[in-house]
Amino acid sequence: MISFSWQVQSSRDNVHLYDFHIVYSFSYKVPVLYFQGLQAGGQLLTLDEIKKDLPPHSLQLLNESKWTFITREEHPHLSRPWFTLHPCGTSDWMKLLLHKLGDKDRSLQYLPAWLSVAGQAVGLKIPLKLYCSS
Amino acid sequence: TLGPRVGYFPLLVSTIKAHFSSSLPPGVDTVWFEYKGLPLKWYIPIGVLFDLLCADPERPWNLTVHFRGYPADILSPCEGEDSVKWNYNNSLKEAAFIITGNSKNVMNMSQADQLAMWESVRKGDLNSYMNISTKLKLGPFEEDFLVRTSSLGSRQGSDEPESPGSVKPCRVPVRLYVRRVQEDLEYLEDAIPVSDWESVSYINRPFEIRKEEGRRITTLEHALETLLPEFFGSKPTARAAGPEPAAATPDSAPDDSDTTPGTPRDREPASASPQEMDVAKRARVKLVRIQGMALGLDTPFLWVANNLRNPECFLHVCVYIGA
Repeated sequence: MISFSWQVQSSRDNVHLYDFHIVYSFSYKVPVLYFQGLQAGGQLLTLDEIKKDLPPHSLQLLNESKWTFITREEHPHLSRPWFTLHPCGTSDWMKLLLHKLGDKDRSLQYLPAWLSVAGQAVGLKIPLKLYCSS
Repeated sequence: TLGPRVGYFPLLVSTIKAHFSSSLPPGVDTVWFEYKGLPLKWYIPIGVLFDLLCADPERPWNLTVHFRGYPADILSPCEGEDSVKWNYNNSLKEAAFIITGNSKNVMNMSQADQLAMWESVRKGDLNSYMNISTKLKLGPFEEDFLVRTSSLGSRQGSDEPESPGSVKPCRVPVRLYVRRVQEDLEYLEDAIPVSDWESVSYINRPFEIRKEEGRRITTLEHALETLLPEFFGSKPTARAAGPEPAAATPDSAPDDSDTTPGTPRDREPASASPQEMDVAKRARVKLVRIQGMALGLDTPFLWVANNLRNPECFLHVCVYIGA
């Protein structure tokens, strides 16, 4: 499992802390993004509050694309409900992203490519370093 | 109230509310269920919760119903029947994906079929359920470890490349619930109750049936070893290979004993240390319960997968481990 955190200034006095976990799904054989947001005081953010923190193009992607939508699922390791990008479409759009690559490149590029789409849907800015490093 | 083993608690709410209506205070109710202090996860089938939490089966099962104070930090939100139906359909799609490589057969169900299937689950009507589920062709899993899928030659967007007439090794959707009990537990009624969900390990992982040298029938034990290596063996392949001559290798030598469910196979005498280790690891497994039955580890896995799965095509297995 890969985990990282992200801070968002939601308003002048308010900072929201986001936790992201990338977990492998044995059922769908793809990575799955789990996330949750917390207020400064530790209370969980609702989905509506999270959507307010997202940039407009993320919201558009979530609303219009049939491949990326957020649902509530139990976190596989933490036994608590988290939000997740549903994995059922992942292998379809990953095939489109990677179809021109050979096998070796495909395994190197898989996670950054996946993150470039999944990250967009939840408003993550992926540092360019991730794509440049081998 | 009689709750079907393959049903879900929120579906019983209307019956329960009617029963308690005279004693409820005014206001909005958010119903949740609790057993010995543990809020019950509403998307786990009733029978699975019973098998997991009620070590010594209580009949009737004494639960507490709450109408207020929904524990939102422990339970994901539930908007009644719709949430359960959504969860059921999601699980069915996941099972279809696991078995056939895509969820198309479920996504392409007609509205009428979807409705009829849900109604059959809601009512616990096995006949109606069978009428519709057979159309999905999500089984049965066959002895030669292959599953015939509904449209072999014409699948787009499936997980693996497909050639006409090819078949895939079969993947069985499994959900495991591992409960830790006392290492020296002798009687189930003495098991410490589960007080929080952190003490239960939930593993949602398909089991892929592969033919192996020297193994004639895949047993329940073999499936559990693969899915729970940390409880059943230090390395998943430890039992399959080894320097010992074939005759002394524990359990991977074929034998002629009856393989109908529940018939124990004769153990070979423990002479080598790997055999002793296996016996010790097996002793940690106190109980394997599926659909209310305690199954022997020698039970053929395919029989279990075909006969004991839930309507959403998942096999739910409760394992009690001494720790």
